[in-house]
Amino acid sequence: MFEMLLIEGLAIGACYGLFGVAVAIIYKTSDVINFAQGEMGMVATFVAYHILTVYNVPFWIAFPATMVFAILLGMAIEFCFLRPAKDPTVLGLLIITLGAEMLLMGLAGWKWGAEQKDFPFLLSVTKTHEIAPDLAINEWTIGVFTLTIIIMVSLFLFFRYSKLGIAMRATQQNVNAAKIMGIKVERVFSITWAMSSLIGAIAAMFFAARSVLDPNFMMEPFMRAFAAAVLGGLTSIPGVVIGGLIMGIIENFFGYAWPEWKPIVAFVVIILIITVRPSGLFAKHYIKKV
Amino acid sequence: MLAVKNIETWYDLIRALHGISFEIQQGAIVALLGSNGAGKTTTLKTIMRLLDDDQPEKGTIEFLGKRIDRMDTEEIVRMGISYVPEGREVFPELTVMENILMGAYTRKDRKGIQEDIDGILKQFPILDERRNQQAGHLSGGEQQMLAIGRALMSRPKLLMLDEPSLGLSPLLTKEIFTIIQKINQQGVTILLVEQNVNMALKYSHYAFLMENGRIVRADKPEILREDDDVKEFYLGIATETSIKGYKRYRRKVRFR
Ligand SMILES: Nc1ncnc2c1ncn2[C@@H]1O[C@H](COP(=O)(O)OP(=O)(O)OP(=O)(O)O)[C@@H](O)[C@H]1O
Ligand SMILES: [Mg+2]
Repeated sequence: MFEMLLIEGLAIGACYGLFGVAVAIIYKTSDVINFAQGEMGMVATFVAYHILTVYNVPFWIAFPATMVFAILLGMAIEFCFLRPAKDPTVLGLLIITLGAEMLLMGLAGWKWGAEQKDFPFLLSVTKTHEIAPDLAINEWTIGVFTLTIIIMVSLFLFFRYSKLGIAMRATQQNVNAAKIMGIKVERVFSITWAMSSLIGAIAAMFFAARSVLDPNFMMEPFMRAFAAAVLGGLTSIPGVVIGGLIMGIIENFFGYAWPEWKPIVAFVVIILIITVRPSGLFAKHYIKKV
Repeated sequence: MLAVKNIETWYDLIRALHGISFEIQQGAIVALLGSNGAGKTTTLKTIMRLLDDDQPEKGTIEFLGKRIDRMDTEEIVRMGISYVPEGREVFPELTVMENILMGAYTRKDRKGIQEDIDGILKQFPILDERRNQQAGHLSGGEQQMLAIGRALMSRPKLLMLDEPSLGLSPLLTKEIFTIIQKINQQGVTILLVEQNVNMALKYSHYAFLMENGRIVRADKPEILREDDDVKEFYLGIATETSIKGYKRYRRKVRFR
C-alpha cells in the first residue's frame, strides 16, 4: 500500500510540477504569474477532445495537432494581450492575464458547454501493468513519468547548450543587454509563451484524463501547481518540479489517512514552508535587476 | 562613417537632446564628454535605437552611408555597431563563456566565432581563468573587460563605450584605456563617453563637449586641453576664482 500511495503521489506531483514549470517559464521571462495558464491548458484539451470526438481521428494525429494549437495559442496570447501593454506594471500585467483567463473560459463555455465530459485519453487510469510482485501501476502513471523526464531533460539541454536557450536566459536576466547583443527579445517572449503553453497543455491533458473535462477543470490543478511552483522557488525549474513532487506526495498520504483534509493539507504545508523560507526551497539568491 | 544630424530625443515630455549633430571618421577614437545629465548616454542609446520606437523624434543618423535611425537594434548590430553600456550590464547568471557567446548572437560562422573567442580569451587572460564562473561574481573591472570582450564578438566596425572607467581604480582605468587603444589599432573606430576627461583627452583623436543636450565644443584634444574653460570645469585646474567664471561659462554654453 505504501508503494502505491508513493507512486501515485509522485505521479500527480509530476503533473503539478510540469504545470508549475509552465508557470515558472513565463514568470522568469515576463515577470508575471500567468493566471490564464490553467485556462490555456483547458482550451487546448478541449481542442484535443474536439479533434478526437468530432473528426474521429486517431490519437497520434490529434495529439500533435493539439500541440501545434497550444503553441499558437501561447504566441497569440502574448501577442494580443501582453505585447501591446507599454511599460506595464506587474499589477497591470496580472490583470491582463486575468482578463485573458476570463476570455478563454467564456469561449470554452460558449463553444463546448458547461456539462462535464469524459476525455478519451490514450493512456488509461484503469489499465495497469504489474512492474513487480504486488505492485501494479497504471498506464497513465507510466505516461506521466516518461513525459516528465523527457520534458525535463529536453529543457535542461535546451537552456544549457542551445544558442536560443542561452539567449532566453540572457533575456530573462537583462532585457536591455539582450537587445544590445542583437537578440530579438520580442521573439524570445513569443517563444517563451509558446513553450509554456505547450508544456501546460500536455499537463492539462493528463489532468483531464484523471478527472473530467469541463471549462472549470483546470482551476484547482492550477492553484496547486502554482503553490508547488512557489514552494520550489519559481525561478529554478528543477526546484519547481521537486516542489510539485513534494506536493503530490503530501497530498496523497494525508488524503489516504484523513480524506476530509486532502484538499487543504498541501496548502497548509506550503504556508508553513513559506513562513520559514519566503523565497521557496530552491530559489537562487540572485535578485533581478530592474 | 557615422553621421548624426540634428537629432532630437524626448523622454515623454522632456527633451533630452536638442538637435545635436556630429560626425565620426573611420579609424578614429572620438570622445564625447560632458557633465552629469548632459545627454551622453541618451546619445548612444538613440544611435542604438534602445529608446522608444518613435525616437529620435527629429533628425537623421547615417552609418556607412545608410540611414539607421529607424532600424531595429538587431539590424544595427549586424551592420557593425557594438555598444558597451554604462554599468557593464553583463548577464549575471550566465557564465563568462556564455556571456561572450551572446556577443556573437547575430553571427552564424562557427569557425570565425571560435577564432574570435580564442582571440578574446588571449587578450583578456583573466576571463580565460574565469570562463566557467558566473559573470555576476566577477569584480567590477573584470565585468568591464567581459563587457568589452562581449561587444567585440560581433566584429564591430564602430565600438561605443559608455563610461568604461566608471568605478575603476586609476591603474585599472589606465589598463582599460590601453585596451581601447589596442582595439582601435586593430581597425575598430571608437566612440568613447567619459567623465574622466583627462584620460579621454589623452587617448582620443577628437572630442565633443556636451552640455544640456547640445554639443557646445568640438575640437582636437590638444586644443581643448589648453582651453581655459575646459581646464577649469572639466580638468579641475582653476585659473580664476570660480563662481563668476562658472556663470560666464554657463552663459557661453547656453547661447550657442
Ligand atoms: N528614462 C528617462 N526618463 C526621463 N528622463 C531621462 C531618462 N533618462 C535620462 N533622462 C534625462 O535626460 C537627460 C540626459 O541624461 P543622460 O543619461 O543621457 O545623461 P549623461 O550625460 O549620460 O549623464 P551621466 O554622465 O550622469 O551618465 C538628463 O536630464 C536625464 O534626467
Ligand atoms: Mg550616462
